[in-house]
Amino acid sequence: MDQQELVPTGYRLPELIKMKTGTPIEKALSGGHVLEAGARTQKTGKRRFNQAWLSPIILTPTMIAIIIFVYVFIGITVWVSLSKWGTLRMNMDLRDPFGFTYLQMFAMPRWHANLRNVLIFTVLFLTLSMSLGLVLALLIDRKLVGHTILRNIFLFPYALSFIVTGIAWRWIFNPETGINLLFDGLGINHLITSLGGPPLKPGWTTDPAVLFSINDWLGNIFPAVKGMSVQLGIPLAMIPVIVAAAWQLSGFSMAMYLAGLSTIPTDLREAARIDGATEIQIYRKVILPLLQPVTVSTAIILGHVSLKIFDLIFAMTGSGPGFATDVPGIFVFDMTFKATRYNLGAAASVVMLILVSLVIVPYLWSNLRRR
Amino acid sequence: MKKLPPKLVGLALAALALMPAAGNAADKKLEVFSWWTSGGEAAALDALFKDYKAKDPGVEIINATVAGGGGSAARPVLQARLAGGNPPDTWQTHPGFELLDQYVAAGYAEPVTDIYTSEGWNKVIPQGLIDMLSQEGKAYSVLCGVHRGNVLWYNKKLLEKNGVKVGDKMTFDEFFAAADKLKAAGVTPLAVGDTGIWASAQLFENTLLGVVGAQGWKDLFSGKMSFDDPKVKEAATLYGKLLKYQNSDHSALSWDQAVKAVEEGKCAFTSMGDWTVGEFVKGGFKPNEDFGWVSHPGTDGSFIIVADGFTLAKGAPHKEETIAWLKSIGSKQSQEDFNPLKGSIPDRTDVDKSKFGPYHQWSMASFAKDALLPSCVHGEAAPAAFQQSLNDAITSFVADQNVDRFVSALVQAAKDSGIKK
Repeated sequence: MDQQELVPTGYRLPELIKMKTGTPIEKALSGGHVLEAGARTQKTGKRRFNQAWLSPIILTPTMIAIIIFVYVFIGITVWVSLSKWGTLRMNMDLRDPFGFTYLQMFAMPRWHANLRNVLIFTVLFLTLSMSLGLVLALLIDRKLVGHTILRNIFLFPYALSFIVTGIAWRWIFNPETGINLLFDGLGINHLITSLGGPPLKPGWTTDPAVLFSINDWLGNIFPAVKGMSVQLGIPLAMIPVIVAAAWQLSGFSMAMYLAGLSTIPTDLREAARIDGATEIQIYRKVILPLLQPVTVSTAIILGHVSLKIFDLIFAMTGSGPGFATDVPGIFVFDMTFKATRYNLGAAASVVMLILVSLVIVPYLWSNLRRR
Repeated sequence: MKKLPPKLVGLALAALALMPAAGNAADKKLEVFSWWTSGGEAAALDALFKDYKAKDPGVEIINATVAGGGGSAARPVLQARLAGGNPPDTWQTHPGFELLDQYVAAGYAEPVTDIYTSEGWNKVIPQGLIDMLSQEGKAYSVLCGVHRGNVLWYNKKLLEKNGVKVGDKMTFDEFFAAADKLKAAGVTPLAVGDTGIWASAQLFENTLLGVVGAQGWKDLFSGKMSFDDPKVKEAATLYGKLLKYQNSDHSALSWDQAVKAVEEGKCAFTSMGDWTVGEFVKGGFKPNEDFGWVSHPGTDGSFIIVADGFTLAKGAPHKEETIAWLKSIGSKQSQEDFNPLKGSIPDRTDVDKSKFGPYHQWSMASFAKDALLPSCVHGEAAPAAFQQSLNDAITSFVADQNVDRFVSALVQAAKDSGIKK
């Protein structure tokens, strides 16, 4: 793959200025300005009629399908979450008191752990995969030796399915047979024990410990927190999962950043250099600010992936020790299909939808307003 | 486009509607839904097919298996098909709540009492077992085999080497004394593999039975005894003590990998249902020589049933064939063919015992005289919602070992799922 394929060609300086508001990915999806310019010359006679009617006709089946399979089904899910359907036997009567399933769910320690985990996972995974992606992109952009091969190597994990990644990393982090053997093999443990310390043998995904618990501190502000059985902090078993997810998707954010970097003309760097900026200053004051729209797009794409994450965690750790790696996706699966509590599964799905909307809707809104 | 005459449209629709029905009458088929796809299980299912085909040669069997341990992937598929009005003719299910509370209560299964009468099964199957699959005097499932859930397995040579003796039965004190001895010798006493948390739940279930006894078990799940009874707390405390003796990597292993740890001599004991025998045999280990077994501490005289059976779907597309199939799998011949492969024992007591190995002969003796109890972990003793809540409570307990929190979670679950008002 050549770098040119990652971005639509033909960007000039005017486009670049627009890029502060519009992201390269949007441009790529819409085909860029080339198509718009071509369409403008064709607006005559019959063609004008086609323009007016063709797109609604083509779009109608899709619209109907979307209305039914997305919005009507969202409506049904909301209804189920409010219904009495808590066994295999369907029962769509509304539950009394209204919304009791939600109350039940928010009283479940497992659900508390879910919300904590999905938040921690999203924040740490975004930070890790995007900063790694940025660093890789900046290095490859320097055209170091073998950068074409390296770029592909970094992008390859993205082509794998989450299930494959999950299973491979589960073996890697198995405390008995995984990377812990490296600590022995490389003599690290020998060194530590000879210095009198206990051998290094982390439990990785099997460790139920939670770091940096803020329960006591938060309990002073909200007394309700004191009665919670779930420790609010960073579950240790989540770290390997975050590493696996970042391994898979940092290549993707690298590709995004490379696309962004290739649209920054060399003129700008040269101008900065002539003005006496150091290399570090060029990155900090010129390149990174110009990459900001890429950062926003990447964060939104990865953010909604991580809020909905299911397959990677399901394959790698499942719910984890003491729900250390449990996420709403797994909760929905367990409650709907194992416990046959359809209303509870639907309620959790609705909360997941709201979480994802919190990320996506402001982004769509700002885009729509701009057009 | 010209309009089609309405009559023609009506005719075409009628023809369409009739097509599947016509297809059914022409060829004989039977769709069997199960989650038996792995080695021994698939072979056992095949034995059932073979016996049925010998009796009813013209029938084409559609083997609708969905892979995935314990049916976790199969159940969503089955639920979707049942809810969508497209049932398989017969599907695999455990008796008890899974059968009665889910499928029978929702009206998805037909009673099969007539088959029990015509085949004379009431005389050869223990009444306690028939009760587990009956509602208002009507039976709803035909069983093909029974597993025993409360068995403690051990590596015989490893125990001998460490001077630990196991008798016919075991108390908790004896177990802990043995465990301490093994721990001091550097052997992990207890192997657990709970990537599927049900394996840990099974360990708790067996321990709970060991404390409350057969009558207490029935009282607990019928709502006569509450889950905040001191005995349940005692069981939870004992279970917490057991956790201190288990392998540190339990949450990275599956149940069969835990059995492997026992085979390899890394761990001494594992508490698991008797599908474990298959794992030992597969590894080339000999019963009473390399590995041994005893009832889980305190549970001698009780038999936790994990039974497999098949149903007759309401509106089954091939009802006649399904009834013939159910008669076939409940027959003496099929049970003798199926169970040695599956590693279970027949649910009828008139079979030829010599076809089975030493463990299963022991298990058959227990089946004939002991109290038969439904398993909660395998969906027989309580609704699916309670089963899930128990699994969740166990997941939390393994991490925090807080007995009070654990017991109150069970009390809440019993209330939510309607076991205890």
